[in-house]
Amino acid sequence: MNSLGEAFAAAWRLIAGFDAELAQVVGLSLQVSLIAVVIATLIGLPIGAMIAVGRFSGRQTLIVLLNALMGLPPVVVGLVVYLLLSRAGPLGNLGILFTPTAMVIAQTVLITPIIAALSRQIIEDAWREYDEQLRSLGARRINAAMTLIWDTRFSLLTILLAGFGRAAAEVGAVMIVGGNIAGVTRVMTTTIALETSKGDLPLALGLGIVLITLVIVLNALAAVIREMALRRYG
Amino acid sequence: MLPLELDQLTFSAGNAAIIRGISARIEAGPRTVILGPNGAGKSVLMRLCHGLLTPTGGRIVWHGAMNGGKSVDVRRHQAMVFQRPVMLRRSALANVMYGLKLAGKSRNQSGLRAMDVLEVVGLAQHAARPARVLSGGEQQRLALARAWALGPDVLFLDEPTANLDPASTQDIENIINAIHASGTKIIMTTHNLGQARRLGDEILFISNGRLMEHTPIDKFFRQPASSEAAAFIKGEMPWQ
Repeated sequence: MNSLGEAFAAAWRLIAGFDAELAQVVGLSLQVSLIAVVIATLIGLPIGAMIAVGRFSGRQTLIVLLNALMGLPPVVVGLVVYLLLSRAGPLGNLGILFTPTAMVIAQTVLITPIIAALSRQIIEDAWREYDEQLRSLGARRINAAMTLIWDTRFSLLTILLAGFGRAAAEVGAVMIVGGNIAGVTRVMTTTIALETSKGDLPLALGLGIVLITLVIVLNALAAVIREMALRRYG
Repeated sequence: MLPLELDQLTFSAGNAAIIRGISARIEAGPRTVILGPNGAGKSVLMRLCHGLLTPTGGRIVWHGAMNGGKSVDVRRHQAMVFQRPVMLRRSALANVMYGLKLAGKSRNQSGLRAMDVLEVVGLAQHAARPARVLSGGEQQRLALARAWALGPDVLFLDEPTANLDPASTQDIENIINAIHASGTKIIMTTHNLGQARRLGDEILFISNGRLMEHTPIDKFFRQPASSEAAAFIKGEMPWQ
């Protein structure tokens, strides 16, 4: 019990003192996950919107598949991306295995289905309300999709934050494709795993506190933005 | 665009027949009111005419929409105001401009035209406000402005005042008359006899998916030809 208290105190000193190692790890985590979210949004949002307003055969199957992919196990994603990027793999000559780029790729694969599936749900719900009005005003499906993305932008923001939370909090994928190399590919989650097994609890705990705080702040931010938007735009 | 001809029009959803063989010819000019009890099929008939629903049988022909033998894009010449208008999450002005931009108007043209119609419906001072925070009556006026801005030959209105108080209803009816006076054909549904009388020149009385009468307004109220219409008038206005 005492050692836990000491660990907390040490963790707090690291955070309060802007410990260089801790800051570097947190910085890389944010950088990798933010880039992954941006790319996943650019891919996932249009896919979600097109499935939401589209009518094609196999649509229902695609939705089920997409929803299932939300639960992709990170370690499996890591393994597949690893195989693709490893020397003998099809993308091996890019030489990006064990770099932050590989981590971005793995996290993008992980959260693109989440962003696509959740935005599909939100946009489809809105489409039910807007459908006749938009068609009456002369909107084609592509116009409708863009209008709906814009009109649900505050709900969609919550999804992006959920995606970011998932990316920043996963450990399996980045561990496998990043290799957890000190100063190069070490992010919050992989450092926590490593330091815990080494017995260096203060750094692990400090990162844990930062990670949890980050997730809470992001979600609070999402709630505030939605609330403000609802009051402002109805 | 007009006249609009309906030829043995039918529509079913699943096993339920909603429109059962309606034939009618709707001419340019008079304000046409589609009247009937709830569930008669008024809204569905209007959505079929506007092209939001596809008939399961029969034909809809816009006789005036043939330009040198080629049919023009009929949707571009129509607009519709719904019972509950859907306002986009943007300003009142941007809501009106939305349809204009879809119709291919430049940003400048759209803006000018949108301000004009907002002025006419009395919402110019609310142009910059988010549309969804306007009151119900204001939103319906905005919906009218949005439809009118498109300069349609035909304007469909589906129970445009069903959820509004008397003052807002009056505003809406005045605007509808102004749109009529500008040369746009008005086709509207209502189940309110008072409104039918105030706004209608001719009545299409629908009951249970069938067209029972298509008559000038005076004749309809003086001597309804069908027992259904007589019963409807009596039920809605027992004092008559």
